[in-house]
Amino acid sequence: MSDNNIVLRVEDIHKSFGNNEVLRGISFGVRRGETKVFIGPSGTGKSTLLRCINQLTIPDRGSVWLDGEEVTNSGARINYFRQKIGMVFQNYYLFDHLTALKNVELALLKVRGMSRSEAREKALTELRQVGLEDWADHYPAELSGGQAQRVSIARALAMDPDVILFDEPTSALDPELTREVLEVMKKLALQGMTMLVVTHEMGFACSVATEILFMENGVVAEQGTPDLLMHDPKFTRMKNFIGQFDSYRGD
Amino acid sequence: MDVLSILIDWSPYIVAGIAATLGLVLIALGIGILLGLPMALGQVYGSRPVRWAIGIYVWFFRGLPILVLLFLFWFGIFPGIGLGDLPAFVVGAVVLGLRGAAYQSQIFRGAIQSIGEGQMIAARSLGMSRFIAIYSVILPQAMRIALPGWSNEYPNMLTDSAVCYAIGVAELLTVTSRIVSQTYLTMPIFLASAGIFILLNYGGIKVLHGVERRIAIPGFGSGAV
Repeated sequence: MSDNNIVLRVEDIHKSFGNNEVLRGISFGVRRGETKVFIGPSGTGKSTLLRCINQLTIPDRGSVWLDGEEVTNSGARINYFRQKIGMVFQNYYLFDHLTALKNVELALLKVRGMSRSEAREKALTELRQVGLEDWADHYPAELSGGQAQRVSIARALAMDPDVILFDEPTSALDPELTREVLEVMKKLALQGMTMLVVTHEMGFACSVATEILFMENGVVAEQGTPDLLMHDPKFTRMKNFIGQFDSYRGD
Repeated sequence: MDVLSILIDWSPYIVAGIAATLGLVLIALGIGILLGLPMALGQVYGSRPVRWAIGIYVWFFRGLPILVLLFLFWFGIFPGIGLGDLPAFVVGAVVLGLRGAAYQSQIFRGAIQSIGEGQMIAARSLGMSRFIAIYSVILPQAMRIALPGWSNEYPNMLTDSAVCYAIGVAELLTVTSRIVSQTYLTMPIFLASAGIFILLNYGGIKVLHGVERRIAIPGFGSGAV
């Protein structure tokens, strides 16, 4: 990995909740434009890892670096870094009292200090990007899960982040809505957005990921390109994990 | 002399009484919001000493009968801090307001705590400070949720305000009993006064329901299907 291209670096992250050590030393680097996908059983700390990156959860040990600046222990500057590190949540977390447009506008107005017209313009551009320009004036309760998630992606995109963290973005959606959200994510990946994605969608992982990190018991158990992890006989754990899904297909 | 003409004769006093009553209510409700809302925020987001101090305040003002509070401030606390010259109206409005703040703080606290944690998480993830997140994400939602419960404060305050009779504020009940003592038409005059209270009550509730409808957001907090 050529180091000058690294936009995000995670070094030896540890995190415990009580006696439960959820993350036991995670390190990796993310190159600009890369899509890293995190796979693994529930409870192995994938979501906690994402939250440690933008400090929504404070890691016990280890550091996170964005473009050579330390994100961990950054005090009040964390609000600056969070603008640069977008996040998309499993349950969308749209602001329930605001229309789709205002959801995207809010941080532009309150954090970036943009003018009303500037923010509106930018928000409409991002809604167009996720195919929801026509839904700009609808409230979250009036949107389908897939639409809500796309609005939340637009909301993250509006800040022009260096990287976006996706925390199981399709886990609350049916297969059809999942597809519409994954289409948007795939488009972003192809446009060169740097993304970290926690997901159980193997199809997405294999077709979009530049690298898959298979996590188990708080460590990265296997790491490599989708092709490598799926086909190299040296790697077995992720294949076993996926195999558990296949056994339900009834062959 | 029939009741109606008596009421007409006394109408300037009655109007002044109504104005005093509404003044007490509006000032007290205003004080209640101005103090109650920060207190609620302090109880939810504040440090332990802050939460503790607010808890004491709420315990004190909810723990005493309103008449006891009124006398305590009128005869004791205000004269004790050199404000013995304050008009009874001001003392009444302030005491009702301080007491109202204790009740209102708990209405606001419940509403703030009912907002899902995801709202704050999403706001912070976009780089908002805690202050901005509370101000532009949490409060707009919490206030909408609080309003139906808060609307109780208006009729409560309206009826409670009559207690200011005891320190001689010329509000509606004081005016009523003055008319009674002059005319000896006890029941008719009190019934007329009751009618005025009910009308004031009805009008205020109407206004609050109107506000509720105006700020309603599709699918948010209505519970309607």
